[in-house]
Amino acid sequence: MKTITTNTDLGTYLVRLGDDNLILAQRLGEYIAGAPELEEDLAIANTGLDHLGIARHLFTLAGEIEGDGRSEDDFAMLRPERSFTNALLVEQPNTDFAYIMVRQLFFDAYQVPLWRRLSASNSTDLAGIAAKGLKEATYHLRRSSSWIVRLGDGTAESAMRTQAAIDGLWRYTAELVTSDDLEERLASSGLAPRSSDVASEWLSTIDAVLEEAMLARGSDPFQTFGGRSGIHTEYLGPLLAELQWMQRSYPGATW
Amino acid sequence: MSYDVPVAPGEEPVEIPSEGSKSHGWPLWEVFVRAKRGLNHTHVGSIHAPDAETAIQNARDGYTRRAEGVSVWVVRSSEIHASDDAASMFEPFEDKPYRHPTFYEIPDEVGQL
Repeated sequence: MKTITTNTDLGTYLVRLGDDNLILAQRLGEYIAGAPELEEDLAIANTGLDHLGIARHLFTLAGEIEGDGRSEDDFAMLRPERSFTNALLVEQPNTDFAYIMVRQLFFDAYQVPLWRRLSASNSTDLAGIAAKGLKEATYHLRRSSSWIVRLGDGTAESAMRTQAAIDGLWRYTAELVTSDDLEERLASSGLAPRSSDVASEWLSTIDAVLEEAMLARGSDPFQTFGGRSGIHTEYLGPLLAELQWMQRSYPGATW
Repeated sequence: MSYDVPVAPGEEPVEIPSEGSKSHGWPLWEVFVRAKRGLNHTHVGSIHAPDAETAIQNARDGYTRRAEGVSVWVVRSSEIHASDDAASMFEPFEDKPYRHPTFYEIPDEVGQL
């Protein structure tokens, strides 16, 4: 399948980062008008739009590097499910508010050290995107952390639901901080870090938040992988159907 | 604290509590934004939030997302005490124009004050 990779390692990596951000943006967008408070609707929409903005930069840069004329829209709207290389975590559904915030905490704690390292990438274009991403992700982490503390240290109900979300999503966390051959090659040329380089910072961030929230790490030892090679959970297909149906139904439609 | 609801002729006035009501669990906070350094914080509106930290975050997302500010203050709405609208409160000042400093000449040498 041609579309799973671009013609360079860096392009393929940019699409991977872009997919993480695009899919999470779509998930957060789904929740608009569903939050328990108007203020939360606005905050979640803001967070989603931050992720969408980053995805647009990454896809555009990937298209430029590829030199094949693919635009950000081509990457977002015209690839099939098996071509998406986002981590499985970000496609997990908005089961409840606790799931949304735990998913966000897990992802934010990974994005902050990743963007910090990418700010020093040999690709100055990627370093520029990373510098913008780092500012946004730092705030996202502050917000998701403070929510997890409030939910964990809140009522018995909120603590129970938040622990359930941690346990339910824990199996998708190792994928975030596991590197593969692509990252090894990029790391050796100074273009990107290995995801495993951020593993210890990721875990110490999570542990600190969970301790303050009086919650525990997931106890399930099972970890699942596949997102980086296009093997997804059953939740990505319907998300893409909603995301892409307009361009699929009316190809090239603009307004 | 309560809001005054307009009362139509023949209607009984209704008092709606602004906080502590069962229909809305989060208290109201007033939001003040400083547009840039050197300017005062200005009241821009209000938001709901369960505590001060969350109130600041909600104010940030609600009122500064288009780069409107560099600093935010929040204060519980119930902590604000407002003047009443009695005629004796402000109307006495309406006929005292001499309290404006416009009744004497400023020498040219003074320049811009």
